[in-house]
Amino acid sequence: MSTGTTKLDVVVSDVVPVNELVTRFHFRRRDGELLPTFSGGAHVVVEMRDGERTRLNPYSLMGSPLDTREYTISVRRDDVGRGGSLFMHNSVKPGLEMVISYPVNLFSLDLRAKKHLMLAGGIGITPFMAQTAQLAGEGGNFELHYTCRTASLGTYADVLRERYGRRVRLYHDDLEERIELDRLLSSQPLGTHLYVCGPAGMINWVRDRAAALGWPPETVHYEHFAAPQPGLPFDVTLAVSGKTIQVGEQQSLLEAIEAAGVDPPYLCRGGVCGQCETNVISCDGKFIHNDHWLSEEEHRSGRKIMPCVSRFEGNSLVLER
Amino acid sequence: MGITFRKETFRDDFTFRNSPEHIRRFPFPFHEDSYMYAVNIEPHVVGPKGSVLENLIDVDEHYVAEMQDRALVLAEDPLRCQSLPHMTLAGWDLLELLMEQQALGYPEHFTLERNGDRWRWINRPLGIDDTFTFGDTSTLPYGPMEYITRQSQGDFCILDQRDGNLWMDAGMVTTQADWSLDFDIGMNFFEWHAPVPLAHEKGIFVRALKFLINIQQGKPARRLNWTMTINPRLDTSPENYHKWGPDRTTVTPENVGDKVHLRVELQSFWRLPRSNGIVFPIRCYLIKMDELVTQPKWARRLHRVIRDLPEELATYKGLTRFRPTLVEWLSKLDDGSPTSSGFGPD
Repeated sequence: MSTGTTKLDVVVSDVVPVNELVTRFHFRRRDGELLPTFSGGAHVVVEMRDGERTRLNPYSLMGSPLDTREYTISVRRDDVGRGGSLFMHNSVKPGLEMVISYPVNLFSLDLRAKKHLMLAGGIGITPFMAQTAQLAGEGGNFELHYTCRTASLGTYADVLRERYGRRVRLYHDDLEERIELDRLLSSQPLGTHLYVCGPAGMINWVRDRAAALGWPPETVHYEHFAAPQPGLPFDVTLAVSGKTIQVGEQQSLLEAIEAAGVDPPYLCRGGVCGQCETNVISCDGKFIHNDHWLSEEEHRSGRKIMPCVSRFEGNSLVLER
Repeated sequence: MGITFRKETFRDDFTFRNSPEHIRRFPFPFHEDSYMYAVNIEPHVVGPKGSVLENLIDVDEHYVAEMQDRALVLAEDPLRCQSLPHMTLAGWDLLELLMEQQALGYPEHFTLERNGDRWRWINRPLGIDDTFTFGDTSTLPYGPMEYITRQSQGDFCILDQRDGNLWMDAGMVTTQADWSLDFDIGMNFFEWHAPVPLAHEKGIFVRALKFLINIQQGKPARRLNWTMTINPRLDTSPENYHKWGPDRTTVTPENVGDKVHLRVELQSFWRLPRSNGIVFPIRCYLIKMDELVTQPKWARRLHRVIRDLPEELATYKGLTRFRPTLVEWLSKLDDGSPTSSGFGPD
């Protein structure tokens, strides 16, 4: 396993279906001690022992940072994904002993903000559950706009409305309710910071409109963990460890490297944190870059790859691992 | 049995001394006979018993005297302690860290009792027994950062992390090697390191920042830095340069052993859990040459390091005025024999 993160031995203390797609999992420490304090927006990486395979998926912590007796995550079932969410939904039951990472925050609040304006889409609501709890405890000024497909799929919409009343606005796709984004972004007080978490299309839309309306980039925060995309199998030579491996269709390059017994550092496994950045020694083929870490120039250079989410198609690839 | 705290001063009559046990535990910063910048960062894990790394937050025989000296500095210049408005939460994070670590390492001197938000903190060396509500600033006599750093050795910088950079947005800085919190407050990592020579060209700060912004909770890191100070003065700040700057001209072959001090900073880096900031404790250790050369290996090695130090570094560290006198004095203790590798005395 990774050399990069401290691990926590936990037991699943509860599994609660939230709606037809989302299930919530509760973890406590096996030794009965308190879990580490965390900040709103943090995630943990959950290790899943799925037969021969080990899956490592990041999930945002959604409980209140003020209560560290347990951690909670919510997992949306993805029937066509690579299987991590199906494993969580089908195989994780109360009493199961699991290993998770220490919390890591790549989507933290800017505490200088006079106001926090939050935009959530679908399961992207989870980091805001913790952030709103943190801000409410400190008397912080926030407003949450939450888009979901239907009322019944509005995960935690009822909880949030009950906790925060008019500070939460809901938008339902099936009722054709839409965030009036330009009006919203144009009517904020100076010192407002914008946070967005949801599908890639929503994040891009919000970032583009914010830029067009003159929001300084440092006031716009977004979290988009790319899930590793399946693709054609490919072979890779690991020059440092002297191994040649094959990356399977449903496997990420990082997972294939780990399965060969080589442990690059990682934190997010979603193309954001930069920890697993790997140098390319030589290649004959084309890269499919899916990360948010490397610059466009680095993508074009063909000298670096983020193995957590990016792939390769071609004849040969040699990495410095 | 606990620590016997020395009664001593870091100003005026300069009665600061290290006991023989403290000389041996001094964090000598040179593992070989020369010195150049490197990204010398390693995990901050507990080290050997009897070393300054025995506990992750070290308390030693100078604790009470250092806290008295800090109070004197703050009384003259309150701007040594500053916290921008968004950093209060990070101050609570730091208070928790320092109380937990001091109580864990030195239970005979410090006790922390936690009952939900209601905390009781007993600091026996300073005669403090306070009960307060964690998170409620009105229940403490100072803000949380100032309260706990008036009771903890070393300077503390709290860095806010945003926009892929670190920002010096709070700190308690009274034992510094010629830099000013009041000047640096609000600056980012590259801005406050701008005066350092050579290291920028080596790309050291870019790599160091990348490392620091990925510091994780539960995995602190550390490095050593060093300079030299004339007289055991903790407060060598730019604000008080007129008091200590002229000391550099007072070094003579007769008083080198007593006046010239090696000043080592044990710097550590910790992710703070609630604020997602980073705290950067800078713990200063002083040792006079007469004490240092009681360890023959250190005497030989220090001679070679100071003699061969690049001119830019000697200038930056403020050694220029007294370097020839010091090298001459140390050379008499260097018979040219090899030194064993590693930091510790033989």
